[in-house]
Amino acid sequence: MSWVVLWTDALLFALAAGIAALALYTRRQEHLRRPWRKIARSRTGVAALTVLAAFATIGLLDSIHFRQASNGQVVSLLDRWIEPLRIRSEKTYSAPFATHLYAREFQTLPDGGKAWLYPRLQYGGAHLQDPNDRWRDVTQRALLGGGKGAAVWLLLNMGLALILGLRRLMWPPWATVSLTLGILLVIGWTVAELSLAYHVLGTDKVGEDVLYQSLKSIRTGLIIGTLTTLVMLPLGLGLGVVAGYFGGWIDDLIQYLYTTLNSIPGVLLIAAAILMLQVYMAAHEEQFTSLVVRADMRLFFLCLILGITSWTGLCRLLRAETLKLREMEYVQAARALGVSHPIILLRHIFPNVFHIVLISVVLDFSGLVLAEAVLSYVNIGVDPTTQSWGNMINSARLELAREPVVWWTLAAAFAFMFTFVLAANLFADVVRDAFDPRRAEE
Amino acid sequence: MTQYLLRRVLYAFPILVGVNLITFALFFVVNPPDDMARMQLGHKHVTQEAIEKWKHERGYDLPLLFNTQAQGMQRLTQTIFFQKSVNLFLFRFGRSDSGRDIVADIKERMGPSLAIAVPTLLLGLIVNITFALLLVFFRRTHFELSGLAACVVLMSTSALFYIIAGQYLFGKVMKLVPISGYGGGMSAIKFVLLPVLVGVVSGIGSGVRWYRTLFVEEIEKDYVRTARAKGLTEPKILFRHVLPNALIPILTGVVAILPLLFLGSLLTESFFGIPGLGSYTIDAISRQDFAIVRAMVFLGSALYILGLVLTDISYTLVDPRVRLE
Repeated sequence: MSWVVLWTDALLFALAAGIAALALYTRRQEHLRRPWRKIARSRTGVAALTVLAAFATIGLLDSIHFRQASNGQVVSLLDRWIEPLRIRSEKTYSAPFATHLYAREFQTLPDGGKAWLYPRLQYGGAHLQDPNDRWRDVTQRALLGGGKGAAVWLLLNMGLALILGLRRLMWPPWATVSLTLGILLVIGWTVAELSLAYHVLGTDKVGEDVLYQSLKSIRTGLIIGTLTTLVMLPLGLGLGVVAGYFGGWIDDLIQYLYTTLNSIPGVLLIAAAILMLQVYMAAHEEQFTSLVVRADMRLFFLCLILGITSWTGLCRLLRAETLKLREMEYVQAARALGVSHPIILLRHIFPNVFHIVLISVVLDFSGLVLAEAVLSYVNIGVDPTTQSWGNMINSARLELAREPVVWWTLAAAFAFMFTFVLAANLFADVVRDAFDPRRAEE
Repeated sequence: MTQYLLRRVLYAFPILVGVNLITFALFFVVNPPDDMARMQLGHKHVTQEAIEKWKHERGYDLPLLFNTQAQGMQRLTQTIFFQKSVNLFLFRFGRSDSGRDIVADIKERMGPSLAIAVPTLLLGLIVNITFALLLVFFRRTHFELSGLAACVVLMSTSALFYIIAGQYLFGKVMKLVPISGYGGGMSAIKFVLLPVLVGVVSGIGSGVRWYRTLFVEEIEKDYVRTARAKGLTEPKILFRHVLPNALIPILTGVVAILPLLFLGSLLTESFFGIPGLGSYTIDAISRQDFAIVRAMVFLGSALYILGLVLTDISYTLVDPRVRLE
């Protein structure tokens, strides 16, 4: 077993470390702690943040890759954790909780005759003697799983109570965190218990478990939503502040740059860039040794190009704000005292535009996750081999024409995406309300 | 005013040159003219002569950016970039790489694009403004709270969901409208209904929220308090005072995207199989027909800049406090 570090893995963990460092820094700054206290008072905000943290944990677990010694496959920690889901694949479609395949096959009967039948699934409900017993068994397992989840939740609460003290745990924000975690744990454990015996969300065309695909897609969504900002931030922040602060020809040049980029339709730019990457990869096959590396490179490149098309909005906002800040007395005073430009930017301008950066990063996140699905749907998104909600939808859209309808892949992809984006949107609203000084008094 | 407009038009020139450079670089780095020719002529059994002939017919046999063999200014002008760009600025788009007349194509495909984009915009505006006004009218009630929650839910749902659900429900189950495609004349209506509906619904969430913030911002101003103190009724305040003032940013925002309506929506059109300019561009990208893509990008940027100028002008028209110098 040897570790494999993909580009996106490294960047994602770097970003996570950055966020952690920022959180530590915030704890010591009174003016930054105030908005966070406001967020902590909002139940929606805390609940949304807890859900996001759960998604992020899955995404991060899925970002620690290693090469299996046995067969040389690159798998992630998450893959190992949910190995039964990954390995137990059927022949083709099967509905959620099904015991039989979606398509009929010729089967040899015990008496030697042949019949055109729905065969039993290899794994889904295979333990059942009588398939008609299925729903009773499902209920039992669901109750058992829910019970285990509740037990874990109780243990967790005890642990939290020891750390925080019972009083703090009884009141928001910790009560909200605990409640949200409780719901997540019970649902999660129920699904986990059931998925040991069934395909909870069915299987897809090649028989892969849809729940497994949905869980793997979390990482893709997370990466698109976060790494893009990593590209966007230096461009938007640096250029916006510099343009507003220095003015003159620098301002003209930067304005020219973003007007030009803005006037090219974004989809065109993305499509052209993805084509370019494909041609480059075809010409330099020796650099992309495995499918995983190839898909990862494309994902990274998509983040890059999405970042390049989306920094202009932030840049414009920051330029306008810096134009205002530049005329403030404290900046004028600093300049009169002979403080150098870089120091003024660092000490007086950056801290005062920080809230704009934070708000726009959080607001952009959900849009980017949704954009990934649309782009993958028109084949200019992530690599077709990458697990993503967009690819799931793309592969399943034609199946609505079948009789009976194959709805589960679509439903699973939309449901996961909806939960993720809803949590992000709710959190973004709370962050905006807390950090926007115009709304501070309310 | 005239001077201002003149300056804006002159300012548009370097932007268009920049746009051209970017698209040019993107596509010519991807495939040099030789590969392009091979692709258009079919990959196998292509002789070098056929490639040269193809390139010569389309003017791709010059150097890309800098002609070392020419003299003086011709070093810059006798290049693919210059020759192709000048024609773009004169709106002479010429023929696509597969040999069709681009201007004729654009004229033909503009109709379907507008047939989708204009109703979507108008209907969307009406629906969004109505809902936003309702939310403001019933502010600080449960109605507003549930309305806002509904907006967040609508916003968090993928546009793909609206498209697929719409096609499945209205096209397959209820068989009210065709799932995709387009027809000329009056029969176009039944093809247009679904894309317009999907377009409006997928815009409601963010649209209503945005308009509501505009209204709320306006309603907190002093003149509204004065109006209320005078004893005006709430509907009167909303319609006589808040709406006209809040309409300023809404209208100028609409003006900015008006010119772009001609280009249609890249995504909606390719999902619903509408033969408009949006799907034209997407198809051109997948066929790597560089002539079409370059023409469409140029047109798009020109219209975008036109939108910016129109926005400025519309400000002076609706808000007398704004003057262009």
